[in-house]
Amino acid sequence: MTPEQTGSAFSPARLWSNPASRALIALVLVFVLGCVFNADGAFFKLGTHRDTLRQASVFGILACGMTLVIISGGIDLAVGSVLALVAVAFSLMSIHWNWSPWVVLPLCLLLGAAAGGMAGGVTAWFGIQPFIATLAMMVFARGLAKTLSGGMKVSTAVKQADGNYHYVDVPAIFRFIDNRILGGHLSMVTVIFALCAAVAWVLLARHRWGRELYAIGGNEEAARLSGVSVAWTKLLAYAASGALAAVAGLCQAAQEQQGDPEAGVGYELTAIAMVVIGGTPLTGGRGGIGLTLLGTLTIGYLDKILSINAVPEASRLMLTGAIIVAAVLTQRRRRS
Amino acid sequence: MTLLAADSLRSPLVRLRGIGKRFGPVQVLRGVDLDIFGGEVLVLAGENGAGKSTLIKILGGVHTDFDGTIEIDGQVVRPRSPLEAAALGVAIIFQELSLVPTLTVADNIFLGRPLTRRGFVDDAGQRAAARRLLDQLGLDIDVDQRVEDLSIAQQQLTEVAKALARDARVIVMDEPTSALNAPEVEKLFGLIADLKARGCGIVYITHKMEEIERIADRIAVLRDGEHVGAAPAAELPPAKLVNWMVGREVEHQFPRHAGQPGAERLRLDGFSVWRNGRGNRPTVEGVSFSVHAGEILGVGGLQGSGASDLFGGLFGAYGAQVGGQAWLDSRPLAIASPRRAIDQGLAWLTNDRKATGLVLPLSIIANATLADLPRLSTAGWRRPPLEIAAAREQGATLALRAASLDMEVGLLSGGNQQKVALAKWLQTRPRLLLLDEPTRGIDIGAKREIYQLMNDLTARGLAILLITSELPELLALSDRLVVLHRGRLTAEFSRAEATPEKVLAAAMGRA
Ligand SMILES: Nc1ncnc2c1ncn2[C@@H]1O[C@H](COP(=O)(O)OP(=O)(O)OP(=O)(O)O)[C@@H](O)[C@H]1O
Ligand SMILES: [Mg+2]
Repeated sequence: MTPEQTGSAFSPARLWSNPASRALIALVLVFVLGCVFNADGAFFKLGTHRDTLRQASVFGILACGMTLVIISGGIDLAVGSVLALVAVAFSLMSIHWNWSPWVVLPLCLLLGAAAGGMAGGVTAWFGIQPFIATLAMMVFARGLAKTLSGGMKVSTAVKQADGNYHYVDVPAIFRFIDNRILGGHLSMVTVIFALCAAVAWVLLARHRWGRELYAIGGNEEAARLSGVSVAWTKLLAYAASGALAAVAGLCQAAQEQQGDPEAGVGYELTAIAMVVIGGTPLTGGRGGIGLTLLGTLTIGYLDKILSINAVPEASRLMLTGAIIVAAVLTQRRRRS
Repeated sequence: MTLLAADSLRSPLVRLRGIGKRFGPVQVLRGVDLDIFGGEVLVLAGENGAGKSTLIKILGGVHTDFDGTIEIDGQVVRPRSPLEAAALGVAIIFQELSLVPTLTVADNIFLGRPLTRRGFVDDAGQRAAARRLLDQLGLDIDVDQRVEDLSIAQQQLTEVAKALARDARVIVMDEPTSALNAPEVEKLFGLIADLKARGCGIVYITHKMEEIERIADRIAVLRDGEHVGAAPAAELPPAKLVNWMVGREVEHQFPRHAGQPGAERLRLDGFSVWRNGRGNRPTVEGVSFSVHAGEILGVGGLQGSGASDLFGGLFGAYGAQVGGQAWLDSRPLAIASPRRAIDQGLAWLTNDRKATGLVLPLSIIANATLADLPRLSTAGWRRPPLEIAAAREQGATLALRAASLDMEVGLLSGGNQQKVALAKWLQTRPRLLLLDEPTRGIDIGAKREIYQLMNDLTARGLAILLITSELPELLALSDRLVVLHRGRLTAEFSRAEATPEKVLAAAMGRA
């Protein structure tokens, strides 16, 4: 059959049937919301947008890694804990031990990738469900973070041999990451987020590995019989998610100027929500980084708009929950 | 009964008028009229992608957004879900089965309409009723078994039971025999005859001419989404039917040109496969034969013969759970993983495109290039223009019909999905092609093209191992035949020696 093309290519129905345009519509709605409830013009100030992007960046970085894992049909619950682990390790090495960033940064990324990769390896080779394997890593990494830090925040107040605290300078690398550029209009962490998203996008959209991730998420057995090495491909996705969680941990530590072993609790859920609101389904095989960017902005802006309007946190959480459900309902693939 | 049949001939059970359906910009059905009468088997015929499945999905409440009207018993209805359609007496056995794999047979039969007692599901009652129903149908299926543990054939028959449990008066079957073997097909036909005698209206979609000749009372034909016509089966001999479907003459023969076998391509010596692990009985045991370049070797056998496992074993799908020796082009064949097999020039078209062949959410391009990605990318980076060219080339070879190459494979018609699965393997340029049911769900015109393609491929020196449950196809296409029974080789025939009787006898282990 040569299906005939009827109607204009640009119809509302078609726009609605495309997940990217649906995610975009959601984001636009949030912007409209911001324009209406602009808190006496606060929403129109550049600084507000800079801060929104800055606050969304750590979550966005986690969401990029989460997207890779979710596309492969899995889930990564460990990212919040890995963030804390790396924040602690980063602070210890930089503040207390005074190591060079050239050593510290690669070590931190490696630590994150190893934590993620371990969970991924357990999933890939022993057939343990990703939910369970990464849940285990979530608990383990949190414990390790507390062990390394002795249960306390690793800050610039360093305990001396005589028991007194002595304040050291914030390391240059911390200040570099927490910097602003472009005349103070853009946070460095937002640039880092953009870089992470770009790398993840290129890998997913243009690299063989990305295509194979989609294939595994869509039909693991068909992928295996088509010559995809399923175990390694999956393991790399979890390792990448861990490495991105490490980047998020670096940003978090730099922003707080300390390594908090309690940091990042519940962040994995926000990251998952961002992915899902963007339109990447949890069933795997579909979606992408572009959608996750839209989801990240949607949640980030929503949160900001609620907070500049002084909506109390309790109501904010309930509203966010309701909006997640609404967004996912509209994202649901419907049959016509 | 005859009175009833005559009566119902006058007023159809179901009357579809002016049905139109579009997916986005693509119009797949246009002004289709169809009458379904009680006590009659209506065969719905047409090429791949003609819109047959779409039409019955509209009747079955799957697609709710369409033009035209549906009348059941003279009442205009518009089923909005399969459950509503079932309540109206319409049951559909979809091309893609719709059972829940993790539930038991009994649970599936009563899914959506459970038997209840005091508000709770009456488990014992359901099991008893399901058992009675299956007995009535003469089906030997355990009601407590989980559906995922059943063979495809048993699942198919469970679907029929499910339809009957709902007192359906119109039963639609979309290519129900594509996964059944001969005895099971007989069982299904027996069932259909029963249903017909009870005054049910049956709509039967198939691409198999023998089946149409056997069971059709009336035939309706769709072409490119339009209703070409309907006529009593007696007035529509095969040649005319094909003409209606395709819009031109097609010879219905197997155009196998006798090949000239070249060098030995594959040799097996005492080859065994332990599909279920070393501890168990091997599913293929001590098989020895050889295939030459340019040759099609048919592998015959009934269900459970181990023929498919032989393919999987050679392909490394079960890892190194194999024994004996295998040589490819006189070098030992390394059996470790599918990747290894593909790199050595093997390709395996599996017999279940949905479960093991295709990645349904991905595009035609992504599927067609999946097995060949290493070659189509440079240092790991994909090269989309190469992929598009490859998909376009394979699509053209196989007469693939799709709105665009970016279309999700899951949205293609069944036959076109099969072509994508085949395209994926042709793209790897194999030296030995393992084909398991290559023409499953493929229309007559395209079948001929695939036969022709097999001729061309073997003329270029490819060797093919072929499994097909259609005996005429097996006999006509194979240059030589081996037959397996319970994993052991029971006979080997040349093309001239092979007759249906001999092959069947060998397949039942009576050679
Ligand atoms: N959900 C959908 N979205 C877009 N296109 C669709 C969808 N479902 C079906 N189509 C298209 O509609 C056309 C008709 O498909 P249909 O499945 O009805 O064909 P068919 O006659 O059953 O073919 P086959 O014999 O191969 O099963 C095809 O071109 C198919 O790609
Ligand atoms: Mg169909």
